[in-house]
Amino acid sequence: MSAAVNAEADPTTAAAEEQRERFYRLVPELLRGDRRRVLVLAEIGAGYLDPVMSAPVSERILNVGIREQLMLGVAGGLALTGLRPIVHTFPPFLLERPFEQVKLDLAHQGVGALLVSAGGSYGWPTGGQTHFGHRDVALLDTLDGWTVHVPGHPDEAEALLRRAVAGEDRVYVRLDVTSNAQPYDIGDGHMTMLRHGNAGTVIGVGPMIERVLAATAKRDVTVLYATTVRPFDADSLRSTLTEPDVVLVEPYLAGTSVAQVSDALRAVRHRVLGLGVRQAELRRYGTIADHDAAHGLDVAGLRRSIDDFLSC
Amino acid sequence: MTSTLPYSELPALMTLMTGDEKHDPSSTSTLDVLWVLYRDVLRVAPNFPDDPDRDRFLLSKGHGPMAYYAVLAAHGFLDRDELRSFGSFESPLGYHPDATLVHGAEISSGSLGHGLGLAVGVAIGLRLTERTAPRVIVLTGDAELDEGSNAEAIQYAGRSALDRLTAVVVDNDSDGLGWPGGIASRFGVEGWATIDVDGRDHGALRRAFNAKHSDRPLAVVAHIETGVAA
Repeated sequence: MSAAVNAEADPTTAAAEEQRERFYRLVPELLRGDRRRVLVLAEIGAGYLDPVMSAPVSERILNVGIREQLMLGVAGGLALTGLRPIVHTFPPFLLERPFEQVKLDLAHQGVGALLVSAGGSYGWPTGGQTHFGHRDVALLDTLDGWTVHVPGHPDEAEALLRRAVAGEDRVYVRLDVTSNAQPYDIGDGHMTMLRHGNAGTVIGVGPMIERVLAATAKRDVTVLYATTVRPFDADSLRSTLTEPDVVLVEPYLAGTSVAQVSDALRAVRHRVLGLGVRQAELRRYGTIADHDAAHGLDVAGLRRSIDDFLSC
Repeated sequence: MTSTLPYSELPALMTLMTGDEKHDPSSTSTLDVLWVLYRDVLRVAPNFPDDPDRDRFLLSKGHGPMAYYAVLAAHGFLDRDELRSFGSFESPLGYHPDATLVHGAEISSGSLGHGLGLAVGVAIGLRLTERTAPRVIVLTGDAELDEGSNAEAIQYAGRSALDRLTAVVVDNDSDGLGWPGGIASRFGVEGWATIDVDGRDHGALRRAFNAKHSDRPLAVVAHIETGVAA
C-alpha cells in the first residue's frame, strides 16, 4: 500500500468521527451479534450509550458506578460463566487504578476480556495528569498474553474491535482522540510498509503515522505502520530491514516497544530510538498540539529527532 | 451429594499437608463453615466439575487453604497424594489456591478482596444466561473486608438485588481496627439480608445458609473465637 499523503500535511488532521464515537455507535450491533457479549462500564460512556440502547440489548450493559475495581472483577466473573466481557473507560481508570484486578481477575483466573480505552495519552489535555493515559501499553507489557491494538483511524478501530470481540482472549484496544485522515492498515496483525527506503526503518504506531510520513518525506527510509503492537510483528521488521537503524514513534510512553525491537533484531548489530510521550510530568494543560510539541511528537519535533539519530 | 469421608477425618487430611501430628478443628477458622457448605448446601460433584448448573463456591480468603483442600478431598475432588504434595513444585496445591490447577476450585485467590467482585460477576453472568438454579457463595474473612474493593462489590450487589449471591464472612476478630457496630450492618445498610451465627455450630450454619432471602443477596457472618489462625 502506498502512502498518498502530502508530506507537509497538518499532522493533527482528524477524521470526521472520533474513534470513541465509532465504538459507541458499534456497541448495539456488537451486543446484538452474540448474546454472550456484555459491556461493563464505570459511568464513563454511559451517557453516550443510554440514548442508543434498547431492550433486550440494554440488559447487557452494566454500569457499576465509579467502581473500577468492581468493573474488572465483574468482567472476570462474567467470563467465568462463559460470557465475553467488554470493559471500557479512560486508560488510567481501566488499567492503572484496578491494575491488580486486570492481573488477577482475568489472566490468573484463566479467562479473557476485551478492554477498550478512550482518550489516548492526553486526549483531554485540560484534564491534566490525573487523566493522562500514556503508561497503558507499558503496564500491560508486565502481564502475559495480551494482544494490544492501537488504531489510527475510526475504520481501523471498527475492524479491530469486531475481530477482538469475536475471540475469547485478552485484548486491549486503545482508542485515541487523534486520528489519521485515512485508514492505512488492513488489520491482519502485521505491519504495513507504506514506504520503502535504504537508510533505516521508522515504525509509526496508530495515530502517529501521518506525521511520521511527513517528518521522513525527504529521507531514504522504510516506513512501517503498526496498529497491532502486541504481539509485536518482528517478522515484518526483519524482512524489510535495510540499514539496521530503527526509530519507533509511539503515541504512548516513549520506548515502550524498544525491547520488542531489540529482541526482533537480536541477531543483528543495530541501533534503536524510541520516541513517544516522555516520562517527566509536565504539569501543563492547553491543547493536544501543545502536548505534541512539548513531547517532540509534532512533525518538526519528529523530524529533528529522526534526523539527529540517523545522521550520527 | 455424597460425603465420602466424615468430619472426624478432616484433621488427618490436614496432617497430610502440614506434617503436624494432630490438627484440632478449632485451630482453623474456616473448617466448620466449609464442612457445612460442602456437606449440606452446595450442589457440586467431582465428576461434573463443569456442570453449568452447579453451585459456585468462591474462596476469596485464599490464605491458609488447608481446611479447603481437606474438605475438597473429603468430597472426592482431591486425593491423598495431592494433599501430601502440598506446596511442592509439582503440586496443584499451593499456599494460595490456583483454580486452573485445583480440581473443584472456582477461583484463584490469595490477594485479598477479589472474591466478592468476581462473585458479583458470576451471579450476574448466571442471571443473564437464565441459569436461575445455581447459588453463588463467596467466603471472606473479617480482616479481608479492609480492602475497599469489597465495599464496591457489597454496594453494587445490594442495589442489583442479586438474590442468588451469598457472602459468608468468617469473623475471628482478626481485623486490626475492628468493625464498630458489627460486620453485618455494613451489608444490611446496602440492602443485603444478614444473619449472625456461631461459626462452629453446624446446625445454625446450615439454617443460615438456607434462610430465605428471595429478593436480595444474603450475608452470613460466622463468628469464631478470637485469635484463631487462618
